Amino acid sequence: MCESCPIVDWEKELPTVRSFTARRVDAAMTEHIVWYDRYEHEHKPFVGGKNASLGEMMMAELPVPPGFAVTTVAYDQIWRNEQLVSKVNDLLRSIDHDDFAANVVTSEKIRALVEAEPVPEAVVADIHAAYEALCKHCGVENVPVAVRSSATAEDLPDASFAGQQDTFLWIIGADAVVENVRKCWSSIFTDRAIAYRHSMGYLHQAIAMSVGVQKMVDPISSGVAFTLNPTNGDKSQVAIDASWGLGEAVVSGEVTPDNFLVDKVLREVIKREISDKGIEYCLTESGAVEKLEITGDRRTAPAVTDEDLTAIAILARRAEKHYGCPQDVEWALDKHLPAGENVVMLQSRPETVWSQKPKKSVSKGGYDAMSSIVSTLVSPLHDKKQN
Amino acid sequence: MSNRFPSPFEIEGPADIEGWEELYPYSSSFSEYRKEYEDNRFWFWDSMHWGKALTPWDATFMEVALASLSQMNSRHYRIPPADGVDFRILYGYAFLSPVGVDPSQIEARVPQFMERAGHYFGNWDSLYDNWLEKVKSTITEIEAIDFNPLPEMEELDVITSGAGQGSGTKLMSEYNKFKDLIHQAWSYHFEFLNLGYAAYLDFFGFCKEAFPSIPDLGIAKMVAGVEVDLFRPNEELKGLAQKAVDLGIARAFDDPNNVVLEGDAGAQFQAAWDEAADPWFNFTSGNGFYHFDKIWVENPDIPYTFMKDYIARIEAGEDISRPIEAIRAERDRVVSEYRDLLDSDEDREAFDGKLGLARVVFPYVENHNFYIEHWTMSVVWRKLKELGATLEKDGLLGSADDLLFIRRDEVNEVLWDYYANWAVNSPTASAAHWAPIVEKRRAIHAKLDAWKAPKALGEPPEVITEPFTIMLWGITSDSVANWLGSEDAADNELTGMAASPGLVEGIARIVRTPEEVNDLEQGEILVAPITAPSWAPVFPKIQACVTDIGGMMSHAAIVCREYGVPAVTGTGFGTDKIKTGDRIQVDGSSGKVTIL
Repeated sequence: MCESCPIVDWEKELPTVRSFTARRVDAAMTEHIVWYDRYEHEHKPFVGGKNASLGEMMMAELPVPPGFAVTTVAYDQIWRNEQLVSKVNDLLRSIDHDDFAANVVTSEKIRALVEAEPVPEAVVADIHAAYEALCKHCGVENVPVAVRSSATAEDLPDASFAGQQDTFLWIIGADAVVENVRKCWSSIFTDRAIAYRHSMGYLHQAIAMSVGVQKMVDPISSGVAFTLNPTNGDKSQVAIDASWGLGEAVVSGEVTPDNFLVDKVLREVIKREISDKGIEYCLTESGAVEKLEITGDRRTAPAVTDEDLTAIAILARRAEKHYGCPQDVEWALDKHLPAGENVVMLQSRPETVWSQKPKKSVSKGGYDAMSSIVSTLVSPLHDKKQN
Repeated sequence: MSNRFPSPFEIEGPADIEGWEELYPYSSSFSEYRKEYEDNRFWFWDSMHWGKALTPWDATFMEVALASLSQMNSRHYRIPPADGVDFRILYGYAFLSPVGVDPSQIEARVPQFMERAGHYFGNWDSLYDNWLEKVKSTITEIEAIDFNPLPEMEELDVITSGAGQGSGTKLMSEYNKFKDLIHQAWSYHFEFLNLGYAAYLDFFGFCKEAFPSIPDLGIAKMVAGVEVDLFRPNEELKGLAQKAVDLGIARAFDDPNNVVLEGDAGAQFQAAWDEAADPWFNFTSGNGFYHFDKIWVENPDIPYTFMKDYIARIEAGEDISRPIEAIRAERDRVVSEYRDLLDSDEDREAFDGKLGLARVVFPYVENHNFYIEHWTMSVVWRKLKELGATLEKDGLLGSADDLLFIRRDEVNEVLWDYYANWAVNSPTASAAHWAPIVEKRRAIHAKLDAWKAPKALGEPPEVITEPFTIMLWGITSDSVANWLGSEDAADNELTGMAASPGLVEGIARIVRTPEEVNDLEQGEILVAPITAPSWAPVFPKIQACVTDIGGMMSHAAIVCREYGVPAVTGTGFGTDKIKTGDRIQVDGSSGKVTIL
């Protein structure tokens, strides 16, 4: 961490809490909307980590479902209301961090205030226009979207707020999108987020909220991919987990996914373990997610074809090349896209286990043909294979 | 599960074979004289090369090959950890045993090896060019051997030139020269082979360390040559199929057993055929080691059958040519992608060096098989048949192929009888002498041939370390354990080497002889003790291939990779456990075969 990182003694800083409008705002950025496929690196402070990573994936020509970010410029507009600022600051100051129950109540009060704050007309108009453009792009009237928080903070690592903000799935219609954008804005003040910032000594006002609006994927199957073999760190393989339906079944641990190893270079499936998959999460016609029992042959049938696996491996490798380090990728097979082009990527982040191990030299310093051959002959391959 | 295989001295052979040892030299038999040495070794049946019971002459080529391999390791290059591969014949079957070097001696051999092998690696290309010339001239010399019947009287020239000796004395020296040339060809066979394997293994080991789960195929793809002489016969055949179509005489091949070439087009085709046939159709349907192997030039129905398939594919609009440019581009892609995945420039430098050397040596590893096993051996078997025919004609043998049952050194006695009585102009004794012996030997051989040899004998070593045993035969500590534990394994599962990746299900067909190759139907899975390179034309037809024996460098594995057919080699028991018509699943990526 750099010296300017605002890890501060909260108690000491408390009396001088600045208003949210005091956050530095770049006057050059005025857009309320940034499309993922128009994303540039300068946008990052205004779209947050999550949106930036989706934009970055688009730049890498990875098939991310289409969508746009509602920038922090839009979010900043609501804090022009001095009354809102002072009410929120008062409530924050009133918090007793040992009283969890009271904090839940305070959090709800702050969130209600934020959500009740009228969204400026220009912002509403821009979101409506963007959503309609998205519907047109997808060829679907009222395309279901995911509305996701994408928080940002000057000089703070992304990990400072990862997983602490809300995501709303299967949102349909422009008004509902605006509604859920507000909910994302207010999710800065969940009790967990407040408590977390307190315990880490981060300033509440250091955080700003961008919101991602992205076409929802209705997956045949979904899963994760690591761009290396997790059992031995072999970078020439991609390990792929797959299960039917939405990713929830695997995330929640209710299903053991199928597990595959695909050779990146040969583009061949070199290992497959097909498991008995008892349930899947699916989308109902009303847009709700429901848990369904899987019956018959489908339970033990692979949730992906070899062609799917090859496509996933190629895309994961593309992500790895783009980011320059091994990746941990979330993917899905979209029901509404034609086979062969239906792999979409939902997320890509650095792999953390093997990437942190020191790299060992295979050549062990220099190369001499004859001594190398002698050493191969006297320490037979067979022993190497067993290690 | 037992921890050792039966002793060679405990094995009971088939009944009524008394005197079977006479078919082979005493030096190749297990015996009381060497019992302690033999009993404490590990011996495996080399069913990859010698799957059938050996006749005396089949045994000759086994012995010559193994001694030649061994001298290169032990006496020529001083391979630090490996001496020769010992060989014995038990009830007609070849059992081999790799001989390691005493660990205390290994270090002393290192500088010797570095100097000797270093010379070959350093001058590989010029030595290989020279090798090709040597082998071709050896073949020419074998072809020139004169096994014609002795004349009624010597040519006048023998007299006028003052030679003082003629056909009679020459017959003996021609025969001895024949044996020496065979020996010479086999010595050449191993001149580069083990060094080639060593360089390949070095690159292989590097790749396995950099990418612990890299499939063998990935490594093979980086090294494999694009234009390989071993594939040339098949390519020539494709060209001839195209020629037949172009000349409008494709229908002439509808019945491969009765091909009549007529008119101008027929003559044009025949000319093209003759040009391709020498040398490329000196190509055997087997592995070259057996008297019954069928050679294309002598059995044109075999290549005609393959041609008929090719013609059908050409007429169906298929492009059957080998996509050289695509193969080259794919090889370059694979190399550059693995290279990119390495962590440092230093590793990339070592990778480049090792790959470079592996590619220099590899054409030899791929091509020697055509020059020796196919071309040279085709000529050798032809010559031997010629000698048999001469001996039959002049009444020395009841039938030409009696010769196969007379050991190579016994043949000298027959020739002496022939020469001496030709000289005296008196009756020979051979026919009467050999008739009962050959009859008895034929009967014994038939019984041996019907017998199934055990996979292995004796005490398995803790680890198999001899690199060539692993490379060529695919015998590893794992496969030995697999053989030992075979009674415990699930009845419907087999494991072997993941020789060429891909997962398929289909109907199995057991193919034990080259003739049965033609029974293969589109989409079947070929299950064989071992395959021969000359079966390549059926590979586009099959879905997968399973063999009992063979390592990653076995000819079967090379051909499977070339055709992208999933393959599991070295399963040990594929042809025992699987029956024709069984539905099986072959996973060429994990080396597993399941009977469904």
